[in-house]
Amino acid sequence: MNEFLQRADLVGLAAATLLASTPLVLAALGGVMSERSGVVNIALEGIMLTGAFMGYVAALATHNLWFGVGVAILSGALIAGLHAVLAIEFLVDQIVSGTVINILAVGITGVYYRTFIQQQNVAGPGTLPVWKIPFLANLPVLGPIFFQNQFVTYAMVVLVVCVHLLLFRSVWGLRTRACGEHPLAAETAGISVRFMRYGNVMLSGALGGLGGAYFSLQQVGNFLPNMTGGKGFIALAAMIFGKWTPFGAFLASLLFAASDALGSRLQFYGINIPYQITSTLPYVLTIIVVAGAVGRAIAPAAVGRPYKKS
Amino acid sequence: MPLLSVICGFIVAGFAVFLSGANPVDALVALFQGAFLERNSVSETLIATIPYIFLGLAVAIGFKAGLFNIGAEGQFYLGAIAGTYVGYSLHGLPAIVHIPLAVAAGMLGGLGYAVIPGVLKARFGAHEVITTIMLNHIALAVSDYLINRGPMGDPHASAPKTPFIQHSAELPILIPNARLHLGLLLALAAVPIVWFLIERTTVGFRLRAVGLNQTAARAAGISVGWTIVLVMAMSGALAGLAGADEVLGVSHFMPPTFSVGYGFDSIAVALVARSNPWGIVPAAFLFGSMRSGAGFMQLQTQVSADLISVVQATVIIFVAAPVMVRWLFRLRERPAIPTPLAAQEGAAV
Repeated sequence: MNEFLQRADLVGLAAATLLASTPLVLAALGGVMSERSGVVNIALEGIMLTGAFMGYVAALATHNLWFGVGVAILSGALIAGLHAVLAIEFLVDQIVSGTVINILAVGITGVYYRTFIQQQNVAGPGTLPVWKIPFLANLPVLGPIFFQNQFVTYAMVVLVVCVHLLLFRSVWGLRTRACGEHPLAAETAGISVRFMRYGNVMLSGALGGLGGAYFSLQQVGNFLPNMTGGKGFIALAAMIFGKWTPFGAFLASLLFAASDALGSRLQFYGINIPYQITSTLPYVLTIIVVAGAVGRAIAPAAVGRPYKKS
Repeated sequence: MPLLSVICGFIVAGFAVFLSGANPVDALVALFQGAFLERNSVSETLIATIPYIFLGLAVAIGFKAGLFNIGAEGQFYLGAIAGTYVGYSLHGLPAIVHIPLAVAAGMLGGLGYAVIPGVLKARFGAHEVITTIMLNHIALAVSDYLINRGPMGDPHASAPKTPFIQHSAELPILIPNARLHLGLLLALAAVPIVWFLIERTTVGFRLRAVGLNQTAARAAGISVGWTIVLVMAMSGALAGLAGADEVLGVSHFMPPTFSVGYGFDSIAVALVARSNPWGIVPAAFLFGSMRSGAGFMQLQTQVSADLISVVQATVIIFVAAPVMVRWLFRLRERPAIPTPLAAQEGAAV
C-alpha cells in the first residue's frame, strides 16, 4: 500500500492539477464576470491566445517578463473590448461576435508569429521564476502543492477570492448582477447598463489575458501557434458547472484539470488505455456537465440579450 | 452588401500585412495568382470549394433553425472515417455500388455524430455551441486513436495513415490530368435540394418556425425537440458528406489529422451567404479560392497563410453587424434589434 502511494505520487498529481487549472480558472472567472453582466463570452479562447502572444512579444522585446505579464493583461482587455463594442454597440449576436474574436486571434497571432517570432533567432525571455514561500514551502504535502508556484498560479488563487468579493460584496458586483438579470430594472434604478457591460467584458478580457500569460510566460517560455488548445472553451464549461460563481468555477476547473493530469498519468500507473482516449476525459466530462447531469445550471436571466436604451 | 463586407475584409487584412512589414498588394496578387493562374490552380481552387459548399450548407441549415452547429468539423471527421472504412474494407464491388455505399456511410457517420448534440439540446437544454466544440476535440482524438497505429492504421505505411481506398470507391475525375472530381457536381446538386427542403417542404417550414420563435412553434403544435434533432441530423449528414468526399475524391486515404479549421471556416461561409443556399456557392468559392491561394502566397511573400483567418473574421464582422456598416457608410434606416441566437430558451452558455 505504502509502495503504491509512493508510486502514485498523489502530491505530484495535486500540484500538477493546480498548475493545469490556472488558465482554466482565470478564463472561467472572466466568463463569470462577463456573463453575470449579461454578455456571453465564448471569445475567451481567442482572448487567451492574444494575451499569450502579446505577452510573449512584449517580454521578448523588453527582456522583462513582468512587463510581458502586464501587456498580456492589457491586450486581453483590449481585444475583449472589441467583443464588447460589437455585442453592445452594434448588436451583433454575441456568439457570432465571440466566434469572430476567436478566428481573428488565430489569424493575427499566426501572421505576426511568422514575421516576428518564427524567423528570429534570439534567446527567449525564459519563464516566470518559481517563488518558494519561506517556511510554508517546506511543509509536507501542502508545501509542494501550494507554496512552490509561479506568479500566475499565485495570482489565480488570490483572484478567486477577489472576484468573489467583487461580485457578491461590492456595489460594482450588485450592479453587474442586476444588469445580467434584468437590465431594464437596472437602468430604471439609474445604473448605466452599457457602462457596466463594457466594464465587465473588459475585466473578463484582463483575466483571460492573464490566463494567456500562463501559457507563454509561465509554462513554456515561448509562443506557439494555437497554444491555448481549446482551454478557453473548457473554462466556459467550468463556469457553467460552477453555476456562474467564482468558487464554483474554481472547483470545476480543478476537476477538469485533475482529469487531465490523471489522464496523462494513467499509463504511468500501469493502466493501459490509449492516451488519445484518456485525453478526451475533460471534453466528455464537460458534455455531461453541460447536459445538466450534475445539478441544473441556471444562467443569468438576460445573458445573450442585447440591451438598447430606448 | 456582402460584397462590401468582403472588400472591407480584404482592406483590414491588407492593413495587417502592412503592419507586419510586407507589401499588401504583393500578397493579394500572390493570393490571386496561387488561386487562379498557376498550373492546375483553377482545378485545385474548385476542389477546395467543394467541402465549403457542403459545410456551408450544413451550418446554414442549422442557422435557419436557430442552431449554431460549430461541430461541422467533428462531423466532417466522422464522415471521413466512415467513408474511408467502407472505401477500403469492401472488395470486389463495382464502382456504381461502392461509391454510393461509401458516400452514404460518410453521411451516416456525420449524421450520427450530429444527433448527439441535437438530442442533448432537445432533451436536456445543453447548449449546442459548447457540446459541439467538445465533440470536435473528441472526434480529433478518436480519429488519431483509430489511425495512428490503431485499428484503422495501415500496418505497412511508414507514416500513420489508413490503407488506400479501393479503386472502385474513388470518385471519377472530371477533367483529364487534373484532380477535379465528381464531388463538385454532388455539391452543386446539394444546393437546390437543400433550398427545396428548407423553403418548400413541411419539414423546412417547421425548422424555420423553430428558428424564428420556439414558443410560437410549440404553440402551433410543432415538436421543437424533434425538429432540433432532425435539423442537426441533416446538418451532420452534409458535413459527413464533405468529409467522405474529401477522402473518396482527393486524398484516397485518411491521415490522423485532416482538416484544419473547416468548422470555423464554414461558419464564415454560411454567415456571408446569410444562410441562403444559393448564396453558399459564391461564398464557398471565395473561401475556397483563399484557401487554395494561401499556400502560394505564403511561399512567395512570406506572409502567413493564417492571414485568411483575418479576412474571414473581418468579413463576418461586417456581415453580422449591419448596424455598423450603415454607421460606417452613413446609410440610413435603422434595423430592429436582431433576435440573438444565444438567448433562446434553455440556453446556458
